[in-house]
Amino acid sequence: MSESSAEPLKSVLLDARHRALGGRMVPFAGHELPVQYPSGIMAEHKWTREQAGLFDVSHMGPAFVTLSQPTGDADADHAAIAALVEPLVCGDIAGLKPGQIRYTLLLNEHGGVLDDLMIARSPLVGGELYIVVNAGTKDADYARFAEALGSHATIARSDGHYALLALQGPQAASVMEGLVPAATALGFMNYGAFEWAGETLFIARSGYTGEDGFEILVPRAAAEALWDALVADPRVKPIGLGARDSLRLEAGLPLYGHDLDPGFSPAEGNLSFAIGKRRRASADFPGAGRILRELSGALGRLRVGLLVEGAPAREGAEITDETGAVIGTVTSGGFAPSLGRAIAMGYVPPKFSEPGTRLGVLVRGRSQAATVAPMPFVPHRYFRKPAKQGL
Amino acid sequence: MTTRYTVDHEYIRLDGAEAVVGITPYAQEQLGDIVYVELPSVGQAVKKGDEAAVVESVKAASEIYAPASGTVVAVNDRLSGEPGLINLDPEAGGWIFKLRLDDASELEALMDADAYAAHTA
Repeated sequence: MSESSAEPLKSVLLDARHRALGGRMVPFAGHELPVQYPSGIMAEHKWTREQAGLFDVSHMGPAFVTLSQPTGDADADHAAIAALVEPLVCGDIAGLKPGQIRYTLLLNEHGGVLDDLMIARSPLVGGELYIVVNAGTKDADYARFAEALGSHATIARSDGHYALLALQGPQAASVMEGLVPAATALGFMNYGAFEWAGETLFIARSGYTGEDGFEILVPRAAAEALWDALVADPRVKPIGLGARDSLRLEAGLPLYGHDLDPGFSPAEGNLSFAIGKRRRASADFPGAGRILRELSGALGRLRVGLLVEGAPAREGAEITDETGAVIGTVTSGGFAPSLGRAIAMGYVPPKFSEPGTRLGVLVRGRSQAATVAPMPFVPHRYFRKPAKQGL
Repeated sequence: MTTRYTVDHEYIRLDGAEAVVGITPYAQEQLGDIVYVELPSVGQAVKKGDEAAVVESVKAASEIYAPASGTVVAVNDRLSGEPGLINLDPEAGGWIFKLRLDDASELEALMDADAYAAHTA
């Protein structure tokens, strides 16, 4: 991400809270954010896997896209807003149920990934979508949306006057039970609006750690009170960007600007699940020709996971085959605290992508063994609602 | 025993003809949890300022430079299994390597404890 911009760094609403807790503030995507608190990345990572971690992700880009002239027929209005947004992305937006969230990709005309983002259908009204985009790309993303929407719909940014908090880990739901009990009824990848302390919170059952948890959009007026209420719970500790990165790496989740950028397509990124079945059949998304060709076999490279022996292989390290020939590049890598070893993600030709394939990585000029591994490296533990049992 | 410090936060502690090299408590605090240490080879000759070892935290790799010229006479093999010793006890159990110095007077150019304290203040 662009960490050396001439623009002054933005402070998040909870800046004083992070400093008071001893957060080490660093520049990240134009914002000052805590990379860690005094307990350190390793302890924060493990706490999130065992208890509940609280992350301030207010640098990200939440926004609401709303039809200018809704008819009042919720399904017709959803169809109308979906028709405006679908030309930008490869996901099935029309097919979203009220309150449902979908991970999708914003694509350029060549099928290159401009961003990965969440798009959700409002559970309350027809013709409204809740979207969350990445920090480093948000201005460009919003402009792209605004252009596509024209006069038919508006996009209202929530960054700046809201905080976006993520509560993640096996204890997240029981912590939420004590604050906003109704939110614990949300299934994975669903969101709703909930009253708390006289304000409306938008709470999503989603996250970036592989654990069960919630992402909470909270207005300025209640942001500090909500943060304080959460950190007062002994099961909750604040977690910085350092552990956020190691957690998402273990969960096999790509980081935009590193594992994904406009040079990669969804097929290369191993994200074909994010291409809607209907969109695939009608080939009506940007770069569909190229992406569908790649999916039917004409694929030059694929994002894979690597178990690395020895020192961590970081972004930019070259990947070799067993003979030592360079076949690809690591796009993110580091130490996996839950596994006690080095792991990485990178791109290799498909013939080297089978789990178990023995490869090498070049670290400081020396070759280290690496083995292709299925992702996630650490199993996801998302909350799945039990299916309703008939009597 | 004389201990001297570099601007890059290595310490070098003279003990007879040998000198022990590691990173300072300040440096380990800044790096955070150390997860991997790449040690030099015993017998390796290093010049002052050469990269002699690498310590890796969860987030990044940091080079450790030789504070003075000499020959590596010992390395702390315990760090291979317990890299976190550098965090727990950087000045004793978390030492990294020992040098036989070519010229002990090279240390005079480095900071003493007071100067290093001012450097990190």
